[in-house]
Amino acid sequence: MSASPALDPNPAGMSAGQTAEPLAAATKKKVVDWKLGLGVLVVLALLTLSLFTGVYNVFDGEFGGEMFAITRIPRTIALVLAGAAMAMSGLVMQLLTQNRFVEPTTTGTTEWAGLGLLLVTIVYPNASLSTKMIAAIVASFVGTMVFFMFLRRVSLQSSLIVPIVGIMLGAVVGSITTYLALATDTLQNLGVWFAGSFTSVLRGQYEVLWIVALVAIAVFIAADRFTVAGLGEEIATNVGLNYNRVILLGTGLIAVATGVVTVVVGNLPFLGLIVPNVVSMFRGDDLRSNLPWVCLLGIGIVTVADLIGRTIIMPFEVPVSLILGVVGSVVFVGLLLRSRRHA
Amino acid sequence: MIELKAVRKDYSSEVTIGPVDLQIPKGGVTALVGPNGAGKSTLLTIIGRLMGADAGSIEIAGYDVATTKSKDLAKIVSILRQENHFVTRLTVRQLVAFGRFPYTKGRLNKFDEEIITRSIKFFELEDLQDRYLDQLSGGQRQRAYVAMVLCQDTDYVLLDEPLNNLDMKHSVQMMQHLRRVADELGRTVVIVLHDINFAGHYADRICAVKDGQVVEFGTSAELFQPETLTRVFNTPVACVDGPNGPLAVYY
Repeated sequence: MSASPALDPNPAGMSAGQTAEPLAAATKKKVVDWKLGLGVLVVLALLTLSLFTGVYNVFDGEFGGEMFAITRIPRTIALVLAGAAMAMSGLVMQLLTQNRFVEPTTTGTTEWAGLGLLLVTIVYPNASLSTKMIAAIVASFVGTMVFFMFLRRVSLQSSLIVPIVGIMLGAVVGSITTYLALATDTLQNLGVWFAGSFTSVLRGQYEVLWIVALVAIAVFIAADRFTVAGLGEEIATNVGLNYNRVILLGTGLIAVATGVVTVVVGNLPFLGLIVPNVVSMFRGDDLRSNLPWVCLLGIGIVTVADLIGRTIIMPFEVPVSLILGVVGSVVFVGLLLRSRRHA
Repeated sequence: MIELKAVRKDYSSEVTIGPVDLQIPKGGVTALVGPNGAGKSTLLTIIGRLMGADAGSIEIAGYDVATTKSKDLAKIVSILRQENHFVTRLTVRQLVAFGRFPYTKGRLNKFDEEIITRSIKFFELEDLQDRYLDQLSGGQRQRAYVAMVLCQDTDYVLLDEPLNNLDMKHSVQMMQHLRRVADELGRTVVIVLHDINFAGHYADRICAVKDGQVVEFGTSAELFQPETLTRVFNTPVACVDGPNGPLAVYY
């Protein structure tokens, strides 16, 4: 099973006489460079702005320090974690489905998380946050697997059909959830969950979001596997990858990230769609070196959207999902048109 | 050696492939030819473990394809299918580098980088190595895919219609490259070909498949008989002596 001799560094037949040349050019892009540093600085500036934006003046107010610690810091951390998580989920999902137009909100994953959340609230009205979260994660996993199975059964001709199927699936699950909520008189809760918002992120309630940091690390470790899976089942199998296992792993990670974010923050539409596409447009698809960019851009966009939501009708707030929905749908349509032109 | 014993694949009661018994010796270029729907590609796909057989056994270099771990097989045999388009935006070099995945799981060392560079040079892709695949012509892209498979450094290389969508010049280039893969690098190349004349000129052995069965197996000199080719392809074929060997004339 040893490698054939021909491609050893000093081969007999191949490229004779060229061994003196430097052959070890770098294939992988560097993960950290000055551009990334600049990006980090910009996002840090946005986050600082977020820390000091709000109705209460944290400098002069009597409870400035406490307000800062109880709401501003948790809110900003939540922006970082949720933004990065949803952007990464979108990226992994796009690789696994080989489709540029999917992300947790265009495949029904978010709706499934909502259904799980509602079911557990109906069955155990006093369920703890972690119980709700597990329910949401399990439901996201099941829902995403259903979607993936469907894609594998039906080989779809057009890549545009895939998100349409996902959105339809999501709509069906969403209506079931709404019906259940109506029947059990919990519709109001549902509205609050689905409108993704960072308004209610307070100390003591958001800490579970740190789980998504673990998801980020896992995605980074498995980055190359996901990229290979993104080349399709046949190429992946050819290079010895266990394709189904990678699909399961990816779905699991997406489910955890989506489930946790849905429970704590709610629905963040289009984030996972816009971010990976923009990053890929500029940098290609070297997943490992793209991941920091995907996280950064995700954080940046969510933070800007949240800042807009907080200031546009001050002293009131608009849910961040509303801003994302407006911006995201415009970008989504733009991407569709672009792909049409290129196809 | 690739050895198939009573390999069978059932699609329906009418469409069955096999049972096929076949021994492809180590080294050289072996071409699978035959009419549309004969089962050439399916056979290749089964050998390359992308599809399971319903019965029979396949051994490559003594390793049973069904029981050997996929990641170990990836160091013995590589297979490239006909249709390869994906949405991932990769450069030529990044794509070729994935051929090293069975050894590195993505973490390339200096040795891997050298092999990648050699594969790129071998297929004359140096000037294109930093271009994205979607910026290449069909012929260039096909070369990049084959370079990836070569970079996998396996003794056995299976290619499903590598000349598909290539024009005359690029088809000839590709076959010359594959010839060198066999002659200079000592790999065993098995390819599905559509054009019997390409098979006759560039392959050491031709395996004719018809209705899911191997009907002929031999050198091009042995197979280039009017009766044989007429029988295999279900259409009248004449054989003439061309400047570079026998030619099949079928129009």
